[in-house]
Amino acid sequence: MHFDSFADFINMGGHGLYVWLAYGLTATLLVINFVLPVMHKRQLQKEQARKLRREQQTQ
Amino acid sequence: MFDKFVAWFHRMGSPKWFYEITGRWIPWFGAAAVIFLLVGTVWGLAFAPQDYQQGNSFRIIYIHVPAAILAQSIFFAMAIAGGIGLIWKMKVADMVARSCAPIGATMTFVALFTGAVWGKPTWGAWWVWDARLTSMLILLFLYFGVIALQSAFDSKQSAARASAILSLVGVVNIPIIKYSVEWWNTLHQPATFTLTEKPAMPVEMWLPLLVMVIGFYCFFATVLMMRTRNEILEREKRTQWVQGLLSKK
Repeated sequence: MHFDSFADFINMGGHGLYVWLAYGLTATLLVINFVLPVMHKRQLQKEQARKLRREQQTQ
Repeated sequence: MFDKFVAWFHRMGSPKWFYEITGRWIPWFGAAAVIFLLVGTVWGLAFAPQDYQQGNSFRIIYIHVPAAILAQSIFFAMAIAGGIGLIWKMKVADMVARSCAPIGATMTFVALFTGAVWGKPTWGAWWVWDARLTSMLILLFLYFGVIALQSAFDSKQSAARASAILSLVGVVNIPIIKYSVEWWNTLHQPATFTLTEKPAMPVEMWLPLLVMVIGFYCFFATVLMMRTRNEILEREKRTQWVQGLLSKK
């Protein structure tokens, strides 16, 4: 471990703001990139289910 | 050997086959991405030594360099996939190319943003108009252009063709990015990893970086497959196998 304490780790030798800003934004964007296709697939499945129901009603 | 490759190439061209095989690959690439990214982040943030000049702001390297490498690799992949789609009219290749763009744009933005945040404490400026930074900004605009073209046509085929041509032309920018730190005077430091020489930094510093680069590649592969599968579901929704798949759940 490079740091002596947790506060030391957060502080990053005075560069904490820069380091955490960079890591925070990157993590957020990676998560968004993963969540978007997951949500898209759910939406496609929902549309298909709706379509099937409609077809069954008209029959 | 060549016959086998040709056979594989043809099977990859079948949306159904592509959908099935990537369904099996995604969990592995996804798990590898999570493991490599977690290990690399903890290693880089808490265990790697600090830089004797830059102090702890140097730790931004562990996301900045992988994102910058990916930004360029993805553009290259997008151009190749687009080219294959253009020449052999392979639908899956078009869909792969289409799926590359938003991930590549994200990586370029991450590289630019983390670079700015790293530049402030190191160079004293968020941004300088030097060759490396400017050519990366152009890469971001090229990605935006490709994304815009993708939705500018009613026909998916014309959209794929137009964005493939822009990607292929835009590839010129990739060697410019790479050699910008050698051709022009710059504040930016030279490449961390090269194929021919040992890294200038000690092992404790570059090993976590390598872990992060692998993690970023696995992440890209996972999201690329997820996006391409959605494209397949959307475009092949009139086929029986897709209707069967979608109504199962």
